[in-house]
Order: sequence, then structure tokens, then C-alpha cells
Amino acid sequence: MKRWRRLGLGVGAAALSIAVAACGSSSSGGSGGTSGGTSGLSVPTANDPVPSSIGPGEGKLNLIAWEGYTQPQWVKPFEQQTGCQVNAKYAGTSNEMVALMANGGGGQYDMVSASGDADLRLIYGGDVRPINRSLVPQIKNFHSFLQAPAFNTIDGKSYGTSLQFGPNVLLYSTKAFPTAPTSWSVLYNKAYSGKITVPDNPIQIADAALYLSKSQPSLGITDPYELTQTQFDAAVNLLKQQEPLVKKYWGLASQEISLFQSGTTTVGAAWPYQTNALQAAKAPVADTIPNEGATGWADSWLMAAKAPHPNCAYKWMDYITQPKPQAEQAVYFGETPANKLSCPIMDQLSKGSCEDYHANAPQSYYNSIKFWKTPLAQCGNGQNDCVPFQKWVDAWTEITG
Amino acid sequence: MSDTTSKVNAALWRRGWLRGTLTLTPPLAWFLVIYLASLVVMLITAFWSVDPFTNNLVHSWNLDNFRQLFTPTYERIIGRTVGMAALVTVTDAIVALPFAYYMARVATPRVRNLLFAAVLLPLWASYIARVYAWIVILQDGGTLDWSFAKIGLGAPHIGYSNTALWVVFSYIWLPYMIVPVFGALERIPASLLEASADLGGRPARTTWKVVLPLALPGIVAGSIFTFALTLGDYITPILIGGARSTFIGNAIYANVGVAGNLPFAAALATVPIVIMIVYLTIARFLGAFEEI
Repeated sequence: MKRWRRLGLGVGAAALSIAVAACGSSSSGGSGGTSGGTSGLSVPTANDPVPSSIGPGEGKLNLIAWEGYTQPQWVKPFEQQTGCQVNAKYAGTSNEMVALMANGGGGQYDMVSASGDADLRLIYGGDVRPINRSLVPQIKNFHSFLQAPAFNTIDGKSYGTSLQFGPNVLLYSTKAFPTAPTSWSVLYNKAYSGKITVPDNPIQIADAALYLSKSQPSLGITDPYELTQTQFDAAVNLLKQQEPLVKKYWGLASQEISLFQSGTTTVGAAWPYQTNALQAAKAPVADTIPNEGATGWADSWLMAAKAPHPNCAYKWMDYITQPKPQAEQAVYFGETPANKLSCPIMDQLSKGSCEDYHANAPQSYYNSIKFWKTPLAQCGNGQNDCVPFQKWVDAWTEITG
Repeated sequence: MSDTTSKVNAALWRRGWLRGTLTLTPPLAWFLVIYLASLVVMLITAFWSVDPFTNNLVHSWNLDNFRQLFTPTYERIIGRTVGMAALVTVTDAIVALPFAYYMARVATPRVRNLLFAAVLLPLWASYIARVYAWIVILQDGGTLDWSFAKIGLGAPHIGYSNTALWVVFSYIWLPYMIVPVFGALERIPASLLEASADLGGRPARTTWKVVLPLALPGIVAGSIFTFALTLGDYITPILIGGARSTFIGNAIYANVGVAGNLPFAAALATVPIVIMIVYLTIARFLGAFEEI
């Protein structure tokens, strides 16, 4: 999720929640893994009927959104076209979204712009309902991996539509690294002691796991969000060795920007947003996705099980997936739009933004991103021996505390 | 109209207890409901837990949250927080004492007023803005490094460390120490200092035997502020701190915002409360409350 979006507010304390927003959720106990229902788990709303056509709008649409996901720039045209008045309630964390969506949105909310770490909780919790994909024709123009991703589609049924995404990249100073590092190993290398910065976020354990999946194949890590106790311990151990080398665990995008601007740190984990902001300020930095691949986030608009204005909700999905609003939102936040046709419009809005935000990257680029999802005890392989998110939070405090 | 009003007035006048009750009920209710009741609710929450999947509260009584406080991770965090609070308090006391003494006993009234304004002025500016200013000063290649390098001392490079935190905390809470110490010193009768001198007490001995004991309640009163404020802050560690700057406040914040584990956050929140109760009990014996 987009944490930087809220930097605009400039409110320190409020902004702090941003970094956190991403991982905001908690964890497990219950539900299942990635694609296709996992052992013993079923989606309570899986067989809810879906409409075959979009009826007349109800005049209102109540959304739970990340702050700034409903900017007038693209909401006003929607309201004029459809007559659906948009009311947005901003949530600060994934947890807050899950809480607001309790009981199917309580008959109050229609949709939520949930991130990958909250999606499965909403779906298996019965808070969202399946949609008729044919009523959102733009889905076919999405990058193929976002047309029916495991985080919002279970057993072929989509509970909403993908929206925007982005990778977590390796940011480095081109002074310290004349050639781009090819491995995340630089973040664990004593040679860069005191020059390293990583996000203050438990989901970082997945980044360590991703690196270990390649550097220590014997651990057998296939999915960095589904870790057995042994694999989890190995990742935590690696991060404990990293801790003395870390200059700062950053909570705000702006902190990492100033760390690199002043030359305090020369290498770190970042979002493309920081790279773009630093390069715009003429700082000698670049980013890369190392050989091991990268983690990333992806957001979806999910439909509340008790949505009171379903026709307006479908009109919204139809609208927000079109190339123009997709491009507007992508440029506003520095994210990658799900719709492939957005690229030329992004360049119209802000020259070079399509390439900057990887909207026209080759398929191999997208394949290298492991998208965030809530770590659950029940792994995708049908076993129940994975470490749930709450344990991730505890371990993260242990590492950084 | 005046008829009813005067009847009510007369009734109230005749029943003093009723007048008192009516006057005191609103503020008392506010104190009990908003202030104490919310604290009690928080303390109760600390004995519950959350369902790991739905994140809903589970209302089953247990002590797990408190047991977790006594694990090495949290002992380290609590120790670090208390250590920092103590260090900041001592630093502020050492800085505030000569400053307040000058203000109270040496400076002319005009200079004293100017100094008072100078001490309180930073409190008018936003806390966040001042903390951000310190980032610019302390970071690598910032004002501090630059100045030290210019005068040939070599850049100290303390940006994003607990040393930086100590400097910033000491700066931010200093006014809260100066004001009560000033109050205590100002009240020392000049005759006591003269008597000490008449009896052959040199300035050092007078300071040690007369001024310090009489200033102590002021220092203790000031330390309650500096200690409690450092104990509870979490924004400064996030902004100024480095890799090893997790404080109690940060751990609480992470449990509320990231993990959604309110019960454990509540258990953590009891730690500063307990520490402050112990601290205030000691302060009471030292006579601090005469200065507040």
C-alpha cells in the first residue's frame, strides 16, 4: 500500500502510520493460503448470486479507501457520468479496513480498496462477495497476472478487481555502487555496516526469506509468506545478523529520502517513489530488482457482502479500471496501474512516468515480484505448520527492539 | 421570571450542600468518566487477548500479556526507555540549575524577563517542527558535523543514534525543568545565603549546603515532567533515533497500528504508569509537590 500518499498531509504522527499501513493486519489461525481454497476453508459468500447486468445507479456509493484513492480529479468525472455520489471513509491501516468491513460492511459500505495483506481475511471472513467479471470489461486489458490474482480470486471467483501495485526495490547510491548490485546480499554484507536502511515493518521478514530461498535452497522456501518454523527462524536469524549493520529502520518514505540525500546511507530497501523523488532532486541514486526478485504490494477494490448500492459499485469498478483514471491515480501516487492501456496517458500527464513506474515493463519484471499477502498458519500446501503474522510482529520487535 | 429565579436562589442558599453538589458534579463526572474510567477500561483490556484471525477482542482473562513483558526483548526496551528518561532528567537538572540560579538571583528584572521568554519561546513552536530541525542539525554532513569539522574537531557523526536522541530529548524537555527550579531558587531568602557567608561559608560550601537542598524540591518537580515525558514519547525516537531506538511508546504504537493487538499494547502501557507511581511516591517524600 501506498504509504507515501499521505506524506502530503505533512502530519508527523499521522504519517507514521503509513509505513505501518501496509502490514497492518494480523494474522492467522484460520484461513487458507493462496489460490484456490485451502484445506478445510471455504468462502462463506462463494455462492452468493451475481447480477447479469448493471441496473440504474442508486445515487450513492460509500467507499473505504486509502487516503487519496478517491481524489476529485478522477471521482468528479465518475459522479457526473453516473450520478453516483461518492462518500469515502479513509482507513489508515489494513486492520482498520478489516474492522470497518466487519459484517459485510454492515450494510453501510459498498467497497474497500484493500491490499494484499487484508484481502484473504476479508474473503474468508465473508465480508466481501463475488462479482460478475464480465461487467468489468477492462479486466481483459490488465496485466495477465492481475486479471485473476490469488489475492482477490478464489476458485475462479473474483471478489473485486485489481487496482494498482508496486515493487519493493533495492535502492543504492551510484557513487558507492558504480554498477548496480545484483543481489539483496548487499543488505546483509558487513562491508556496508552503518550504510544500510530497511523499512520498519514486520513484512520485511519476507524479504529475508526471499533472499534465503535463493541463497540457501536447502531451506526449501518456495513462498516468502508461507514459512515453516525452521524457515522462519532462518529468516529471523538473518535479520538479527543484519541489525548491527542497519543505520535506521525507516518508517516514512521521507526519512529514507533524507538518509540518501545526506549520504548517511548508501543502500536500502525502498519503493520506486523514493527513487523517483531522489532522482528528481538530482541525488546520485538508482534502483534495481536483484536476481532473487522482489516483494511488492497490490491493491484491489473489493465488494462488500452487504453493499447497499451494488449498481453504483459496479459502475465504479467499470470506471476506475479504465485507462484514464488508472493513469491519473498511478501518477498521483507513483504506483503501477493494473491496466496496460494506461501507459500513453501516464506519459501525457507526466512525461516519462510510464517507464518510471514500470507500467510498460516486460512480463519477466512482473514475474519477479512476490506480492504481499497475510502470512497464515495454513499454508497453501494444505499443511497448518506455517508461522502466522502475529508471530511475525513479535519476531520483528525482537529483531529491532 | 424573577419570581421563580429568586425561589430557586433562595432554595439553593438555604441548602449549601445542594449548591456544592450542583457546582462540583459536572467537573467531577468529567474526571471520573473521561479520565479515570478510560484508564480502568484500558487496564482491564490488558487482561484480554485478540483472536489472531479476525482480530476481534477475546474476553477471556489471562496474564499472558504481562508474562510477555518479562521476556528479554521487552526487558531491553523497558530498560532502554527508563535509562534514557533518567539520563535526560539528570542532564536537564545539571543544565537547568545554574541557568535558573542566574535567572532567579543574579539577573536584573529586565534580563530575567527576557530569559524567561527565551526559555518558554520554543514551547510556542510546533514540537514536530523542532524535532525535524534537529534532524537537519544532527544528520551526517548536517550543521553539527559541518561546524565541528570547521573548527578542526572532526565530525561527530551522531545522526540517527541514541546519542542524538539524548541531545534532542534534553533540549525539548529543558523548559519543564528550568521553570520549577527557578521557582524553588527564587524563594530562597537572601538572608540564608548571607548568614552562610557570615559564618565563613565559601560560595561552594553555601551552594552545596544551602542552595542545593532548598532547590531539590524544584529539581524533583521538574524531573517528574522530564522523566514522564521521555517515558511516553514515541515520535522523537522514530524521527531522531537509529536502529536501536525502540522505546516503550514505539512498542505500544506497533502493537496498536501494525499488529492490532490492543490488549498487549494496554499491558505495555501499564509499565510507564507503574514506573511513574513509584517515582511519584519517592518524589513525594522529597517534597516535590510543594513546587507544582
